[in-house]
Amino acid sequence: MYDFTYQKPSSIADAVKLLAEPEAKALAGGQTFIPVLKQRLNKPSTLVDLAGLGLAGIKAEGDKITIGAMTTHGAIAASPEIKKAIPGLSMMAGWIGDTQVRHCGTMGGSLANNDPSACYPAAVLALNATIVTDKRRIGADEYFQGMFTTALATDELITSIEFALPVEKSAYEKFRNPASRYAMVGVFVAKSAAGVRVAVTGASQNGVFRHTEMEQALSGNWSPDAIAHIKTPPGGLNSDIHGSAEYRAHLITVMAKRAVAAAS
Amino acid sequence: MKPGLTRRGLIGRSVATAGGLAAVPLVTPAEAAIPAAPAPVRTPEMVDIVLQVNGRRLPLTIEPRVSLLDALREQAGLTGTKKGCDRGSCGACTVHVDGRRVNSCLTLAIRCQGRAVTTIEGLAEGDELHPVQAAFIRHDAFQCGYCTPGQIMAATALLDEGHAGSDAEIREYMAGNICRCGAYNHIVDAIRDVASQAAGKG
Ligand SMILES: Cc1cc2nc3c(=O)[nH]c(=O)nc-3n(C[C@H](O)[C@H](O)[C@H](O)COP(=O)(O)OP(=O)(O)OC[C@H]3O[C@@H](n4cnc5c(N)ncnc54)[C@H](O)[C@@H]3O)c2cc1C
Ligand code: FES
Ligand code: FES
Repeated sequence: MYDFTYQKPSSIADAVKLLAEPEAKALAGGQTFIPVLKQRLNKPSTLVDLAGLGLAGIKAEGDKITIGAMTTHGAIAASPEIKKAIPGLSMMAGWIGDTQVRHCGTMGGSLANNDPSACYPAAVLALNATIVTDKRRIGADEYFQGMFTTALATDELITSIEFALPVEKSAYEKFRNPASRYAMVGVFVAKSAAGVRVAVTGASQNGVFRHTEMEQALSGNWSPDAIAHIKTPPGGLNSDIHGSAEYRAHLITVMAKRAVAAAS
Repeated sequence: MKPGLTRRGLIGRSVATAGGLAAVPLVTPAEAAIPAAPAPVRTPEMVDIVLQVNGRRLPLTIEPRVSLLDALREQAGLTGTKKGCDRGSCGACTVHVDGRRVNSCLTLAIRCQGRAVTTIEGLAEGDELHPVQAAFIRHDAFQCGYCTPGQIMAATALLDEGHAGSDAEIREYMAGNICRCGAYNHIVDAIRDVASQAAGKG
């Protein structure tokens, strides 16, 4: 790991000012970024610790749930409000990595990173959530722009994520990599005011994507049978030591069917 | 092995059986800490911090990039916490911060100021092993022992979290701790044993 200086600002304005330096980087849970630093894949001048900004917490109002960017996966999985209003999100958070990772990793960190095998991107896209930053509000469809790429500017901070309620149905199923527990394929299905949306993570070289053919099929008939025949072309899907593109294509339908069944 | 087994008794026994070879204590209480390495040469990046480790004040002079794991091992002399992968994959470095288990390799020491850190060295009460430590010995829940401090720190947290309801639940919530020797079955036996003892008492 290269050397850096450490700053822990206590206001969002100060944090953004520090992040305006060209080599400054934000630190949330560190569960992705510390390994990146250890591998010397990044050389920040200053690490800006986001822990002093008061960005952790879950607020449930009548028509939405707002999750602070620094809220940990563990806190999301444990929240009774989220479990009641969006069971799929609760289920998903409780399945990320392992308990040690869930105690530190944050929703904001995961979304800013947009790993192609990460879980939250699928939930945010399927639930049509809004990413709130220090500068603006970004809809899920505009936010994800390919693997490790988002609509965020370099000095832009995610402050919270908003989920509109009610969510009629939601569930997440993933085929876990047995060692890392990241998604080999993860599918989030949701039915809300935004309609039926199906988001797939772990599978594509371009990161999370919506499966429109499945969305149409499920809009008419919310049942595993409605999508059982749908095949995803393997072109553009990931192929690595853990599984071929064809295998991942197959997993998409299997995970989607299980998710629909879980949300029925 | 007999219940109420103590660390001292165990060391005595292993010294005897090993024929005078240096015995490696399973747990090292803070008061018997291995002498800390000399403080590294001060660089301009270094900062002074104070940690609370196993109930004691631990002032350190470190670079901000130092992980909690390296601070514990290299500077505090608390080498019970192990480094396996150094990137969050194996759980060998598991410690508790404010009562919650975390991977100390992915935690910067500088972020732990004002928080209570507990390591494997802080579990025993004097010579009396923590029930999970004693159960690991009773059930032979290790071979080489390298993953063991992390397994025990994860297991004590798992019991506090209330995730020992079934073997499947224990396995799921121990998933962050890898054992290269494959002692998993005995680890589950040890945790189940402590959970049922606690349930019997309660
Ligand atoms: C063993 C292991 C298993 C894992 N398994 C899974 C899994 O199954 N599913 C899954 O989805 N993830 C998994 N993860 C990743 C984990 O969820 C991370 O916590 C997450 O990807 C990053 O969040 P973080 O809070 O740790 O962010 P950090 O690592 O601190 O930061 C990540 C990046 O985001 C930036 N950033 C952080 N917060 C913000 C913000 N508020 N605004 C703007 N930029 C920000 C940082 O500058 C950095 O570039 C795993 C990680 C490990 C170590
Ligand atoms: S050394 Fe920390 S998880 Fe492996
Ligand atoms: S006992 Fe050897 S790694 Fe677990």
